[in-house]
This record gives sequence, C-alpha cells and structure tokens, in this order.
Amino acid sequence: MQISDRTDRIDSRDKISGQTKYIEDLHFKELHYARTLRSTVARGRIVSINYPAPVQGIWVVDRSDVPQNNDVAMIEHDMPVFANDEVNYYGEAIALVVGQDKNAIIEFMRDIEIVYEPLTTVFKMSEARQKSGYTFTDHTYKKGDLETLDFDTLVENTYKTGYQEQLYMEKQGVVAILENDIATVYGSLQCPYYVKNALMHCIGYDQDHVRVIQTATGGAFGGKEEYPSLIACQAMVAALKVKAPVRLIFDRREDIAFTTKRHPAEIEIKTYLKEGKIVGMSCLVDLDSGPYLGLSDVVLQRSLFTLTGCYAIDNLIVRGRTLKTNNVFAGAFRGFGAPQSMFALEQHMNQLAKKLKQDPIAFRRPYFVEKGMETSTSGFFHEDIYLDQMADKLIAMSDYQQLKDQAKEPYVGLGVAFVPHGGGFTGSGEAEHIKAIVKLRKASNGQIEILVSNVEMGQGAKTALSKIVASVLEIEIGRIVYKDPDTKYVPDSGPTVASRTTMVVGNLLSKAAKRLKHQLEAPGEILVTEHFKQPDYVVWNQEKMCGNAYMAYSWSAVLAKVHVDPVTLEITTSDIYGVYDVGIPIDERLLIGQIEGGVVQGLGYGLMEQMTSNEGIIQQNSFESYTVPTACDIPKIHSDWIENRYVDGPFGAKSVGELTLVAVAPAVASAVEDAIGKAICQIPVRPEMLLEVLNEDH
Amino acid sequence: MRTIEFVLNGQTVSVKTSLSRRLLDVLREDFRFTGTKEGCGEGECGACVVFLNDQLVNSCLLPMNAVIGQNVLTIEGFSQTRRYKEIENAFVDAGAVQCGFCTPGMVMATEYLLKNYKHPTEDQIKEGLSGNICRCTGYQAILTAVKRLFEEVESL
Repeated sequence: MQISDRTDRIDSRDKISGQTKYIEDLHFKELHYARTLRSTVARGRIVSINYPAPVQGIWVVDRSDVPQNNDVAMIEHDMPVFANDEVNYYGEAIALVVGQDKNAIIEFMRDIEIVYEPLTTVFKMSEARQKSGYTFTDHTYKKGDLETLDFDTLVENTYKTGYQEQLYMEKQGVVAILENDIATVYGSLQCPYYVKNALMHCIGYDQDHVRVIQTATGGAFGGKEEYPSLIACQAMVAALKVKAPVRLIFDRREDIAFTTKRHPAEIEIKTYLKEGKIVGMSCLVDLDSGPYLGLSDVVLQRSLFTLTGCYAIDNLIVRGRTLKTNNVFAGAFRGFGAPQSMFALEQHMNQLAKKLKQDPIAFRRPYFVEKGMETSTSGFFHEDIYLDQMADKLIAMSDYQQLKDQAKEPYVGLGVAFVPHGGGFTGSGEAEHIKAIVKLRKASNGQIEILVSNVEMGQGAKTALSKIVASVLEIEIGRIVYKDPDTKYVPDSGPTVASRTTMVVGNLLSKAAKRLKHQLEAPGEILVTEHFKQPDYVVWNQEKMCGNAYMAYSWSAVLAKVHVDPVTLEITTSDIYGVYDVGIPIDERLLIGQIEGGVVQGLGYGLMEQMTSNEGIIQQNSFESYTVPTACDIPKIHSDWIENRYVDGPFGAKSVGELTLVAVAPAVASAVEDAIGKAICQIPVRPEMLLEVLNEDH
Repeated sequence: MRTIEFVLNGQTVSVKTSLSRRLLDVLREDFRFTGTKEGCGEGECGACVVFLNDQLVNSCLLPMNAVIGQNVLTIEGFSQTRRYKEIENAFVDAGAVQCGFCTPGMVMATEYLLKNYKHPTEDQIKEGLSGNICRCTGYQAILTAVKRLFEEVESL
C-alpha cells in the first residue's frame, strides 16, 4: 500500500453510532454546573456587585477565590481569569455561579445587580489608530528600496474583512475536578499543555499536581487553541472552592458572542508599477484585537509574513499593527491571520490584472516564486515550488478557456487566487518555544502506542499519525494505539495548531518509528523518544523579522465561478476548482476532506458569514442570525494536487489543514467582482453590500 | 412532576419528569443516551434530531408533554438495525465523518430521506440534509454517502 492510498478513519464508526463521548456526555459524581456572570457594559469600573441573599448549594466564585495568579498565562499575561476592578469588553467573565441545580443557578443570577462607572470606550480601528495607548504592537519589515524606486503608476486600495466565528458544532466545555490532590481538567481543547501551564500559573500547583485530559473534540478550528485555558482556570478555581467537580459548558449564544473569533482587518496595499510591471509594494495590516493581546501579535505576524503570497516583489515594505478596542477579544482561527492579508493581496492582484487588461492567471506568472529565491522576509525558499505547473493544472482541469467564454455573460464571473501557507510555527518557534517531544511505546503485547499531546478534533490526526507510524513499521494500523492525550502520560509535543501536526509531529513520529523498527519483535516494553531539531536551512532573526519565516510552504491555486441573480443579487457559487501542493498526501481521502471542509468554510468567510459589533456587542449570536453554509449552499468542488516530496516531512508530507480555507474568499469575491463589473474590497460579499456597490454611481 | 410512558427505541419506558422538560434532556440525562447532541438548543443545527413516530424532530424543542405514548427512536436504537449498518459503511467509505458531533443527527436525517424518497434529485437530498449543520466536511462527502445509499436502496 502507498502512503497516499485511502485508509478508513480509525475514529469514524464510534462517531457515527453516537458512542464517542464528548465532554458533555461524560458522567461525574456530585457534578456541579457553572454559569458565567458577564459584564453588561463594554468598558467600566465595577462599583458594586449586589448578590441576592445566600442560597444553600449556590456558590459564587470570583477573583477573590483565585489561589495564585488572576491572569491567563499566554504570551502576555494581560487577560484576567475573572475581571478585576475593570471590565474591558461586553460579556467579560466577572464570576461563576455554581450549583447542582441548573434552575436555581439561573434564578440566583436573575437577581444579581452590578453597578458600573462607565469608562471611555473604543470600538473602531480608525479611532484606536488615533489614540495613544491603543496600539498593542507595531511591526515593519522591508526588502529592497521603495524610497528611490523608479515607477510610473501607483495603484492603491484598502480592503476590509469582518469577524468570522469558528462555530465548531460542539460548544466550549470543560470539567474541573480535584482527583487525589491532582487538579484535573477534562475538556474539549486543542492544546493540553497550554491549558496545563495556565492552570499551574493560576492555582500555583506544581507540574505533578496538574493534569489535563482532552476529551473527544467536536470541532475547533483554532477556537479551542487559547480560549480553553481561560475557562479551565475559571472552572478549576470553582472546583477548588466547592470541593466537587465543576462543569462549565457554554450555551450556543454565549459561545458565539463571547469567545475568540477571527480578527477583523483593515489592509492597505499600494503597488508601484513601471511599464505595466510590478516593481514594488507597500502593505499595512491592522487587526482589531479586542481589549487583550492574547495571541493577536502571533496572528499578526503570520498575516505579515504570508505577504507577498506567491509572488517575488523586489522592493517591499510591510507593516502591521494590533489595535486595542473594547470589542470581544479575537484569536486563533484556521489560517491565523493569513485569510485577511491573502484576501487583500489576491483581490488586489486581480484588480491589477483587470486594470492592465490581462488574464489574472497569466498576469501572476512572471512573479511566481521559485526554489532558491528570496522570500519577502529575506530568507530563501528551500524546497521545490511548482506554481507554474499548478496554474497549468488549474487551467486544464477547469477547462479555463471555455469558462472564460461563459463568464462573458452578464452576472457570471470567474475569480482566482494563489496562496501559500507556511507549515508549523513562525521562524524558530518550533525550536525555541515549542521544543516538541514525541514518544513511541512498544508494549509487551506488541501494541505500539503513540504518545503525543496533539489531539484529534475532526481533522484526522489519529488516522494520519497512526498511519505514518504503521507505514514506517510496516505493520497493520490496528496494532497502533493512540488515546486522547492525557498530560499524565504524554510528553509535550506542542499544540494542535499551525498545520503542524502531520508535518512536524508526524515527522518526529516517523523518525521514532524508524528507530523502533529493528526492535519491533524484541521482548518486553520499549520506549523511544524523539526531540525536534530545527533544519539547518531555517535561519530566523525574530528581532529583525528576517530570514526563513517558515520551514516549508504548502501552496494552493483556486478558481471560482459564480452567478449573481440580477434581481435579488443573490450569489451562487457553482464551482470551485482547487489545485494543491501539500508535499505527498498522507491519505488522499483525509486530504479531500480537508480541502472540501476548508473550501466551504472559506466560502462562508467570503460570501455569507457576517458578524458585526455594535458598541462592542456582537449582533449575530445564533445559527439563525450567523449564517454558515448548509448542504444547499455548496458548490461543486473539483480538487486535485501535485506531488512534491518535502525532505523534512513524514513520507514527504507538508501541512494541509489551514491552507485549504485561505484562497477561497478572494477567489469568490473576485468572481463576484468579475460578474458585476465593480470593484469589491470587502468581505463577506452579501447581496446588501452588492446593492450599495451597484448604487454608488447613482 | 409526573410519571409518563413512551416507547423509546422499541421498549416502553416510564420516566418521572416535568412535562415542560425537553426530550433532549430526558434522553441524555435520564437514559444517558448521549448520541443525541445539543449543538444550539434552538432547533437550528440538527445535532439533536430523533424520530418521533415517523417524523424527524429537533429533540431540543420538544417538551415531554408531546412525547407521552409516542414512539421515539434515537441513534442508540437505530444503530442496532441492519439498515443503520449500511449507512455507517457508506459514511466511512465516503469520508463523511470528521469531528463527529453532527454525525448521529446526519445519520437520522439520512434515514429520513431513505424512508421517504425512492429516487430523489440532488436538490432534494441537499434540502433533506440542510437542517443539519456540519462545519468540518463541507457536506460533499456526506452527499456522496447518501447518493450511494440510494443507488443501493433496492437491496436495503
């Protein structure tokens, strides 16, 4: 069997029959429920909280109960576990109300009164830019020289993207419990060790007395990267006070309104042209981070380093800022900053092609990066890159000439986007911050256990990693055991983020398996440990933001065909064609699953999923008001890939998960632009927005 | 609180409950049938669908009052049937499962389609599944699985 051949997912039958246990399905004795008391102002000083008379069996848990540190250990420790004197966004957690009777909790909460002294609020990025103290971080990197540039035309535009909510089907949820003096959290989460570190910091227990167990996770998409650290700390503080297991599971409306989501962005791109050729570019990316920095600066960096996409631009300046507002705090979401900057760049490239009366694919070709070329951050592309071949394949598979003829019809449009995605953490992050360790254990019964902290959240990690190990060992996949990670047993192989699981963790497991292989039939138990080592070609200076921003890139080329209804302006995407370079696919069917899922989530981002904040209050907080694609909204998805073995990936594999979302929004938005003949610089593109765009002339 | 009887997965059961309680909670809490999931609690996502007699219903919207003496079929009961096995195999083969949270509901919606259509159009299948939100798969693999089941429906 070849590595890319289809293997049945090892987790699918239990999921189909409903036997898989998610956090809400687990039974705990003496379970107490928790509900969050939230701020009802976007910013204010808490003057007083008036609780009703104490009720037997109802506890209030707040900052005064935090044993050690009332902040969530992330990059900056600027977010409190429970609000201090000030609240900084609408819906911020002030306390938990805990008890065994759900109705009694709700009744108790109904009578709580909070008095606030209002403080100055900022909701718009335009306002945050003007005010001092409202820029969290500000980065600039350069290449070549824009100042003395010889050019004859300047094309500039500003692009805007909105919030996107992960809308994983399983809501956020944790259970905290003190088990034999060990503070234990069970939960739906992506990063067991992030949660463990946050708990140790918050309650002051040492590493032997904190334990995190991931439970089957019903989707995450980045939404369960940093957020579970916050609610795990809250629930644990409550469990320590109540001395019973405490379950904190959000209802859908609070999950949508108050958890992290994709950062709204405003992006300015200026392109300098000389005789119709791009000679320089200047980009400015601003992200609305909300009141706390959280992961926003890391998100911003991926947004910046993914510029200038698939193109070699000799003279370049890229600047980006994370702006502080009193909107809900934004965070990780599949693509991690790249969907914003790539929407802007690709929309801009299509607009340039149109302005220069060139075909959008032909226009891009002269700028395609190649192996050995300098990256935007003055590193170099180490691996083989086949963008021209991918473009050829896209043209062939879509019957591009014929599509172009069809698109001459009014209200029919085509749009393309070419997008890279760097696998793993930015720069030296894998080596300096993550320092992944994986273990393989051969049990005396001959089973091989994978010991990593990476989780199955729907993407297929269990199947992909098991398959890698089984294929190296040349044994049946049924001999592999891969349990949901429990920090008591698994080493820290890093978080399940950044499209790193297959490429980085899978490669470490592949190395471990190679070492185990000759001992496979030896008696007794054998444990093999593997540590991450940064490849020599990755040289990165974080201070100067200079060098190889990523170990390796995956690539995508996407073409969308849309129809716009001339009367209702309803947009229908009939076809999406995609060509991908993810190295060697570990499993074709898993790859197709990631492509189709990413395409539809990207389609939602580009055309449907509107989320707005009014004075800090999220206006769409249900499945009804926040509309994601249903089975009726999907296009025909035609996907194909090229094989391009990556030397430091398992069996030549590179990253997959995030890449598949990123190119879709610019492709469909450009297709709508092509259909109506008017520039579109904002997503989501919805009929109401088209009406405005079309009326601008009148 | 009242003791009421209904038929759950083919067996008559009795449960002491208030009549306004949601069927979803009774299934999950009293019977620990946790294959029926709560995705939204507002009848919008389809993760909690079960059969009430021959109808597909959102159990998060159904008060126990409406369940008295009725037939309820959940994934736990349906998964014991031969027909379920065909659906399971079709879902596995098509790669129609990722995180799995929507899947039991999707299976029930598939069964509803199979029971009520003989040769549905693609649009009818899409419409039949449109009450069930899936955020992982992009639906295409699920549609593939359902279409295959209709091709084999004569043998089911």
